[in-house]
Amino acid sequence: MRILLDKFSKSFGDVRVIEDMTLEIKDGEMLALLGPSGCGKSTTLFAISGIHKVTGGRILFGDRDMTGVPSQERNVGVVFQSYALYPHMTVADNIAFPLRIRKLPEAEVKRQMEEMANLVHIEALLNRRPAELSGGQQQRVALARALVRRPNVLLLDEPLANLDAKLRLEMRSEIRRIQLETGITAILVTHDQVEAMSMCDRIAIMNAGQIIQIATPQEMYRNPRTAFVAGFLGSPPIAFIDAVANNGMLTVEDADIRLPVPPNAETPPDGTPVIVGIRPENLGRDGDAPVRGRVSFVETQGRENLYDLTLANGRVLRSIQRVSDDVSLNDEVEWRVRSDQLFLFSQNGERL
Amino acid sequence: MIGHLRTWPIVLALSILSAPLVLMYAYLFIDTVTNSPPRSFIPNEFTLEHWSFLWETRPGRPSIWRVTLNSLLFATSTSALVIVVSSMAGYVLSRLNVPGRAYFLAGVMVLHAFPAITLIVAIFLVLQVVGLYNTLIGVILVKAAIDMPLGIWLMKGFYDTVPWEIEMAGIQDGASRFTVWRKLVLPQVKPGIFALGLFAFLLGWGEFILPQVLAPSGNAQVLSVYLAGLIADDNNFDMNLFKSVGLFYMMPVLILFFFFQNRLMNIYGGGSKG
Repeated sequence: MRILLDKFSKSFGDVRVIEDMTLEIKDGEMLALLGPSGCGKSTTLFAISGIHKVTGGRILFGDRDMTGVPSQERNVGVVFQSYALYPHMTVADNIAFPLRIRKLPEAEVKRQMEEMANLVHIEALLNRRPAELSGGQQQRVALARALVRRPNVLLLDEPLANLDAKLRLEMRSEIRRIQLETGITAILVTHDQVEAMSMCDRIAIMNAGQIIQIATPQEMYRNPRTAFVAGFLGSPPIAFIDAVANNGMLTVEDADIRLPVPPNAETPPDGTPVIVGIRPENLGRDGDAPVRGRVSFVETQGRENLYDLTLANGRVLRSIQRVSDDVSLNDEVEWRVRSDQLFLFSQNGERL
Repeated sequence: MIGHLRTWPIVLALSILSAPLVLMYAYLFIDTVTNSPPRSFIPNEFTLEHWSFLWETRPGRPSIWRVTLNSLLFATSTSALVIVVSSMAGYVLSRLNVPGRAYFLAGVMVLHAFPAITLIVAIFLVLQVVGLYNTLIGVILVKAAIDMPLGIWLMKGFYDTVPWEIEMAGIQDGASRFTVWRKLVLPQVKPGIFALGLFAFLLGWGEFILPQVLAPSGNAQVLSVYLAGLIADDNNFDMNLFKSVGLFYMMPVLILFFFFQNRLMNIYGGGSKG
């Protein structure tokens, strides 16, 4: 079902968390609300679920205005960060709870519960209690309970935050598989850009209660609207250096660097101070603009090495390259930047 | 072995110190089933005559079974009242946005701080006016009211440990606030309810001053008052009978303690363990 937030605002007392936010989630889409802690992403989620009452604006499910409708009638499935399973009930009772509340006939409850248990692969655990399950299994139960009554929308509040690294990888693809199989509209709240990029159709990146950019993960990575977006996406993160426009080139005077203006930006007038963003994968042996510096840090990641390159003016660039033995700590090197992949930002962080 | 050597002085000291207690309890029991000659501690005959109060009613006194039933009614009713009210009030104070919540909680605490004895004259007058003086119901209401502040605070503490998410999940699942409380939250605080119930029962069973003042005679008499009546009676003074009734009075408490001591400890721990 299509979800629309129409000029939605939320304040707690005098604190305005979100103001005039408009966001549309398409039917069957999985959208990530990505942002640092305190940016209002969970608030948005709880407003959609009905746990928080909105201060202003409307929330529409399809064509129906849900703004004043209580949580119980919104038919929203929520997976909480802590899973919030009912500890005194078995897995089967947990999943069946929403159906029993609806007073479905017991045979029907059992059928739907088992169907959902099969979908999330927990058929063998139905008689256990939540305390006897691993984190990943609890997560699956929480998903099953949220999905069993075929909700209008599935809300996931940092669902992977409590899992260890390996399980996180597994559940990432599992949640996506289940979402695609059920075709449900889903909203994922996360502060982890990898989760957002790998699981979702589109990302809405938020900061300080505002949506900065909505785009597909690919588009957002290639074409960030602001320096904040560029800095949030990508691991290892992008590096920024200050430069000045000069005769169609970008120069960093005290580091002896001259970079051409990338084709994705308009040439700024001479003398304009700008911020140049260089992703680590675009600094290395291949490229067109030379950059000299000293290797100040080497981190081995197995397949690749991550280097910190300290420039003459003390600023640090990052470079990720295939493992090679010819560079070691404190070497003076001259690497190259692929200038067509640079991002140019104004001083206040807007893309140029 | 060395461990044993180190601990024996402590064991000895404890034995000496607790010997009077052990002797007291031993003689409490021995004296109820034996007779001793005057000025001797050594019993010379076995008898059940001191337990005869169980099957024959003394003149001028109510039947022991009637009194025991009263005590049981008194203890269970106060306990039930305390449980019902505290488990609801505790939830409301822990979770819902009640106006003046902080003041209410503080007020409840102040009530708890009042020794019941300071209120007894006022309560006596109130019960007289209302017409509940010398009735079991009257004294049950008073006792429950006096136990309630503790119960409410205790239950609030238990509810505070139940994660919010469980309630939010229940509401998302379509349950009303009341269903959420009854089906999802209440089971999480079961240990607290059980401990509080037992606690209130024991308090009620042992209560003396309220029944003595507010329901001293006749059909409303409870065991503690009956017992006090025995020792106050100068005409038929019978120490062994007094001990027998005392033992009889103590037995249910011992049994409850024996079976439920672990659960009673929950009152200090508590919380939702899966």
